[in-house]
Amino acid sequence: MHELSIVASLFEILEEKARENGAKKVILVKLQVGKLAGVVPEFLETAFDAYKEGTLAAEAELKIEEIPLTIKCQKCGIEFASENYVFSCPSCQSTELKILAGTELLLEKIELEV
Amino acid sequence: MEKKELIIQEEILGSNKKIAAEIRKKLEGQGILVINFLSSPGSGKTSLLERIAETLKLQHKMAVIEGDIETERDAERIRRKGVPAWQITTGGACHLEAKMVGKLLHQIPEGTEFLFIENVGNLVCPASYDLGENLRCVLLSAPEGDDKPKKYPKAFSTADCLIITKSDLVPFVPFDLERAGNEALDINPNLRIFVTSALQRRGLAELIRYFIETRVNMIQRHA
Repeated sequence: MHELSIVASLFEILEEKARENGAKKVILVKLQVGKLAGVVPEFLETAFDAYKEGTLAAEAELKIEEIPLTIKCQKCGIEFASENYVFSCPSCQSTELKILAGTELLLEKIELEV
Repeated sequence: MEKKELIIQEEILGSNKKIAAEIRKKLEGQGILVINFLSSPGSGKTSLLERIAETLKLQHKMAVIEGDIETERDAERIRRKGVPAWQITTGGACHLEAKMVGKLLHQIPEGTEFLFIENVGNLVCPASYDLGENLRCVLLSAPEGDDKPKKYPKAFSTADCLIITKSDLVPFVPFDLERAGNEALDINPNLRIFVTSALQRRGLAELIRYFIETRVNMIQRHA
């Protein structure tokens, strides 16, 4: 349950952006959370709601886009989605792989009231 | 009243990553290899560190940072082995963060070659926090079961090595060494695997050799 720590880091960024833009309120926060980010989106929502009270984001809506795990084989070049955390190429069985997406824990965009 | 949309594209844990990168750069420059131990509570992190200390300290200078929610107990155990150790008590937090490690750096004695960080016992949260380590080791004890890697994919996928602990209990518990290894390799094909028993002092020499070799490679990379 480190989601509260993550939300605390998120609010540091939100407060900084709001201040830089002279905003009165944050009304939307959009995140991208990868399947391998090690974070539970539902817990992030709960932590966000608990944390936002009394802040500039007290009325903000949180939107979370969940990003599937996408892997590219460095040997045969195919891209595949790994559902069960098996890191070998389904086509050539190579284990020389590169994760293209699915590990992100990203603040994508925000909407401010200025 | 006006609405303004801002595209940010910023990593939420970016500030932790930045501090971790600074720690890594600084300590690499001093020739200190940082090793982060991750596992569930009671899997034998401190016992393994005690055994490592007994041997490694004879020829190398090492230090240990202990992370726990409360108490100085683990740091005291390491100090009794004649190795400098500091305790970070998080007061409830389930993981260590880079800034907590950063605050202790000025206390690390000159000439230290290996800095071990024992994270808070938890196989979930610590996996998301880079502490500036060069090696991340995930420990899995035999009594926990061989099915853990896929249940905790983040910890196993971000690790450099898997240390199976309490291997002396393998004959008595449902734990198949090969199955545990294969399951971990499915997630992370580059994982190095070590099988150890702190109680019977098995598998330690190989593990210590791996730490020493990794440090030599790190220093050569810097030269």
